[in-house]
Amino acid sequence: MAGLGRVCLLLALAVCVYGIGASLYGVRSARPEFSASGRRCVYALAGILTIAFAVLEIAFLRNDFAFNTVADTSSRTTPTFYRAAAVWSSQEGSLLLWAWLLSLWSSLALFLTRRRLRDVAAYATSVLLGFAGFFISLMIFYANPFATTRPAPVEGAGLDPLLRFPTMMIHPPMLYSGYTLCTIPLAFGIGALLARRVDADWIKAIRRFAFAAWLFLGVGILLGARWSYAELGWGGYWGWDAVENASLMPWLTGTAFLHSLMIQEKRGMLKVWNISLVLATGTLAIMGTFLVRSGILNSIHAFGGATLGVPFVILIAVLIGGSIYLVVSRREMLRSEHRIDSLLSRESIFIANNVVLVALCFVIFWGTYFPLISDALTGHEASVGPPWFDRYTVPLALVLVLLSGIGPVITWRRATVANARRNFTVPVLSALITLVALLAAGLPQKPFAIAMFCCAAFVLGSIGQEFFRGVSARRAMAGEAAPVALLSLVRRNRRRYGGYIVHLGIAVLFVGVAASSSFQHASELGLSPGQSTRVGAYTVRYVRPTATITPKNDRAHTGSTLSLGAVLAVSKHGHHVATLQPSEGFYAAAGGQGSVGSLIAGQPVSHVSMDAGATRDIWSAIAPNIEAPELRRIVSLGNRTLPPEDAIVAIAAIARTYLQHPPQAQFHLIVSPLVMWIWLGGLIVFGGGLIAIWPAPSAVRRRVAVRARTRAARGLARA
Amino acid sequence: MSILIAIFTLALVAVVVLVVSAPLRASRRRPDSGSAGRGAEAKAREAGADGAAVGPSPPAQAAKHVDLEAAREAKYREIRDAELDYRTGKLSREDYEAIDGELRAEAIEILNRLEADEEG
Repeated sequence: MAGLGRVCLLLALAVCVYGIGASLYGVRSARPEFSASGRRCVYALAGILTIAFAVLEIAFLRNDFAFNTVADTSSRTTPTFYRAAAVWSSQEGSLLLWAWLLSLWSSLALFLTRRRLRDVAAYATSVLLGFAGFFISLMIFYANPFATTRPAPVEGAGLDPLLRFPTMMIHPPMLYSGYTLCTIPLAFGIGALLARRVDADWIKAIRRFAFAAWLFLGVGILLGARWSYAELGWGGYWGWDAVENASLMPWLTGTAFLHSLMIQEKRGMLKVWNISLVLATGTLAIMGTFLVRSGILNSIHAFGGATLGVPFVILIAVLIGGSIYLVVSRREMLRSEHRIDSLLSRESIFIANNVVLVALCFVIFWGTYFPLISDALTGHEASVGPPWFDRYTVPLALVLVLLSGIGPVITWRRATVANARRNFTVPVLSALITLVALLAAGLPQKPFAIAMFCCAAFVLGSIGQEFFRGVSARRAMAGEAAPVALLSLVRRNRRRYGGYIVHLGIAVLFVGVAASSSFQHASELGLSPGQSTRVGAYTVRYVRPTATITPKNDRAHTGSTLSLGAVLAVSKHGHHVATLQPSEGFYAAAGGQGSVGSLIAGQPVSHVSMDAGATRDIWSAIAPNIEAPELRRIVSLGNRTLPPEDAIVAIAAIARTYLQHPPQAQFHLIVSPLVMWIWLGGLIVFGGGLIAIWPAPSAVRRRVAVRARTRAARGLARA
Repeated sequence: MSILIAIFTLALVAVVVLVVSAPLRASRRRPDSGSAGRGAEAKAREAGADGAAVGPSPPAQAAKHVDLEAAREAKYREIRDAELDYRTGKLSREDYEAIDGELRAEAIEILNRLEADEEG
């Protein structure tokens, strides 16, 4: 089977090389049949890489440890559910996933543009095949997923326990889909510049892919945050980690592009800015992959070795240099057709929003790459932490949320002061009422959090007013009932109202971020059974210890050999609120000391337990003392006396002793308000995004076009 | 097993070659149309290279037409958006009429250019 995989990779590389040549020859010598042949190479590539991916997936599911990557990242004790996901936990598997997803999305993009943009699409084909060829070359020459060892080991090292969570099944494919989708606008952007076709047509062709990239990247980021919060034992959802930042940067520039794109579509303005954003987003996506896979920066998410750094740096340098050259050499063609009519217009607000988003991206870029920059300049690798990021990003986020409320109530071209006054009354009143209510409630003096709540209220007022007025107008026009009018309104104006829903979700999300980070109560302490502590308004009592053995009995279903935990009773003012059961899993690992020691030598992983609600989360994690003398004694004795097949007996003895004589355990307890709002806001954002991206029914489109044509003709007659 | 893999590999290579070469084979089966098309394009490219007097080449003309169509669709959308802005109270009647008039004038200009392009 590994042989088939290797053949697929070689064939895929050959297809890429031929496809690049055929596409370029086709477009340069006006031989469309060669361009078409190049496009078909992308389809063929998708087929070949699908087979290669299936071969690797089957190897994981069949525990074929002859594959080095299977032996390194899976084992018989790894639950089947996670064995399927283990493919992309390895360097090699994730490169294959990247190339495979790229080939699928590229095929879709080129299929949809097969009858238009022929010259642009031909260049785009060669760029996309270039990216695919790059990743396939990495696999062939640096990290081959089909490398084997004979004789095969009888057991593998197992999947990193940190990754044995359901969100990790879908987080990487989502993120990689986002990254690979970012390369499609990049490829078409390069194609448009090379073909000197920087008109509206290529923008129209890639708009949906840019939106899809934004959507997938956003879902991936949110799933990563959820994993960090609900699965990792540190209690946060965002730690300004290098890999988290790497995924956020293209999302920010992609968001900026989706806004400024509308200005180009409507007014023929910002062409240089838009093409630059497209090129930057694609390059940042490649840099994101580079950060995860090169191992160049320390990150809890970085699973790569340091071997891929040089090829990635070369690719990124070519992308940056090439992009700058293309934009500068085509600057004459990228001139704006119009100028902004008024500073009081939606165009101005969009430009302000773009400036804030790009500033955010720049701050994050600087903070993320600061260790590399300082190392290059001073020879000393210094890094910046969350307070540094917060200092700059919090004010920018406030402005961003405020702008997301201003944009919807201001009109294109020019708004008058009288109209602005009328349109801003409700949002401003919403913000003021919120401010008074917060001050009256005597909230602690957290100016940024209070400002964020007021900005969010402003957005809520603005979006609520938009929907109310839209529904009222629809009812007046068509005499529909309110729910029908709302549906018709959204259905007929998907981009506008989908966008408004996205703005609302962003406001909700930021309320959750502001509340949970400003008004959190946390406690880290050691407790013995029967002892209590206070966290905020809650009393947490350590009721009794828990212990389970063997992967089969692991309640978290992550395949741990031993799981030690606690039952915690949470009460408020004497009333029982929740029962929490945090635990920590211990995993088998090759190379552990002795027959018993190797069963628990893997990296221990905390299994968080929480009581989540709309107003607050009570979050708990435990670090049981596995090194307690009475437990160590059992391990030592078992190592000396038990063969590997009977070592589980000693693990059972450890569990029994832990239950009978529990040593003091370390607890991390957090009470955070409104964390749920972050996930809810995320869902609203992506619901709105789906509405905006969904194609309008063709019948409606036709009707709208006909009506608009008629109106224009009537205007002609009047003129 | 290795024989099976060899057979599968050969089959895969054959399928890939068939898929990728289909447009080339199709163009070879239509030698007249292919060479005529290429001849026309080559002539057009030469004409384009000669200077502006001969006008834009067919691909450039097609691109211009597509641009105009895209501009027309964008203008229609703008007209609809302005109307929605008016109906939802973001624009006063006077402002709406002024903007709508501007947009319609721009739409007419695009339609005229499209018509001229189609006739030319």
